Amino acid sequence: MGALIGAERLSVTLEAQPVLTDVSLSVQPGEIVTILGPNGSGKSTLLRALLGIVPASGGRVTQRPGLVVGYVPQRLAVDRTMPMTVRRFLSLPRRVGDAEAAAALIRVGLPEVAGRQMADLSGGQFQRVLLARALLSEPDILILDEPTQGLDQPGEAAFYRLIEEVRRETGVAVLMVSHDLHVVMAASDRVICLNGHICCEGTPRVVSTAPEYRALFGLGTQGALALYQHVHDHSHDGGHDHAYHDHHHHDHDHHHA
Amino acid sequence: MPITIITTTTMITTMLDDFLIRAALAGVGLSLATGPLGSFVVWRRMAYFGDATSHAAILGVALALATDLPVTFGTLVVALAMAFIVATLAARGWAMDTTLGVLAHSALAFGLVAVSFVPGARTDLSAWLFGDILAVTRGDLALVWGGAAVVLGLLVWRWQALLTSTLNEDLAHASGLNPARERLVLTLALAVVVAVAIKVVGALLIAAMLIIPAAAARGLARTPEAMAAIAVVIGAGSAIAGLQLSLWQDTPAGPSIIAAAAVLFALSAMFGRVGRR
Repeated sequence: MGALIGAERLSVTLEAQPVLTDVSLSVQPGEIVTILGPNGSGKSTLLRALLGIVPASGGRVTQRPGLVVGYVPQRLAVDRTMPMTVRRFLSLPRRVGDAEAAAALIRVGLPEVAGRQMADLSGGQFQRVLLARALLSEPDILILDEPTQGLDQPGEAAFYRLIEEVRRETGVAVLMVSHDLHVVMAASDRVICLNGHICCEGTPRVVSTAPEYRALFGLGTQGALALYQHVHDHSHDGGHDHAYHDHHHHDHDHHHA
Repeated sequence: MPITIITTTTMITTMLDDFLIRAALAGVGLSLATGPLGSFVVWRRMAYFGDATSHAAILGVALALATDLPVTFGTLVVALAMAFIVATLAARGWAMDTTLGVLAHSALAFGLVAVSFVPGARTDLSAWLFGDILAVTRGDLALVWGGAAVVLGLLVWRWQALLTSTLNEDLAHASGLNPARERLVLTLALAVVVAVAIKVVGALLIAAMLIIPAAAARGLARTPEAMAAIAVVIGAGSAIAGLQLSLWQDTPAGPSIIAAAAVLFALSAMFGRVGRR
């Protein structure tokens, strides 16, 4: 089984600024890979380069021939000026049948929103509809760019549980980006720490003890690392009680170069 | 049967002799294109883009008159050039409202200055600015319907791709579409509409014909398709109502059409709330 998508010594320069340097990674079928990095570390740029939206200035991006990507963008503003029901949105750009659309909505736990306007959905519902649309193309890999932005912690945990379920059922690979340490890492097979280049890489447990990771996130003493440990040491199926914890690492700067 | 056909043909021929019928048909034909295209202008927040392109058309009129080329050709070329300049600057990240404001008004000013150099064109100026729908000939009618058909065909053909890239360009890209190509389709469609509409509603009112019916349709629609279709109906209704007003009260036809559209917009804004539920 070859890699679905990957980068070989990829470098990206935007407006004469090097954003990514010498990044190599690959995603195997069925794998959940999380790219973790502080704001401005080039996470979104890496995804956009892998999708072919941003050109590489060095190295190259590889995709398995015929690869189907289900993409969930970081933010999708459905403007109030455009009327758009959930049902209609699911048919973009490929038209899908009613039964297919209904099944996708049931899959993401939203059986009754088909007739609702996209702009009227809550943040969590919106992300689930984006996921449903991505799943309708029967993708080999889901690419998610900070999919839980703007969700509260229970919503975030629920969304990641949904991703895990979908992976278990369909075997889809998942490549996602996050700056949120604890919840994501628990759900991932592999974590890649990015800060313009790859700082460290491995299973969540290995990465969380790596000195590069500690240096990158400054977690030597308190904070998110403790939270992460807390989450990881518990079982993952029940309702998480994150909502009661302080949430240190949520500096929301959404504009990655 | 042949008799019926001849009768029908004669009827149509006689009907087209009436300048009011021709004017109404021109307005309806134009609405077929401006409804869906105007919806994209509203969704993409390109209102000023329509202004810049249509104002540039005055420059096209001047150049066409000076060089004895067909006016439609001149406006099409200049509108296209303007659309491409704007699209290029937008892609380079210029501050769009300012840039478009500068371009729209400069294009109009340069156009008006250029027209003043063309002997004999001065008297016609208001016709180009405000249109002269009552003077529409059969040839103009063919041009309007032909142009509208081309634009409508283009939009229907690219509809799914256009909608997807209007929602989110990265999403379109990930689905294997090319958002730059879809932008080009809209740019092209806009230039064609401006070129065929300038005689009907004039350079100053083309943008209004694009935006007002689409904006009025927003509150009445639940899907993009419904909004585009309702915009066509509102545009056509405004054309007919405006011509009626013009006939009764001897008001200028082009502005009357836009005034009718504005009234429909106000009504829709007050009573139409379908999309909010």
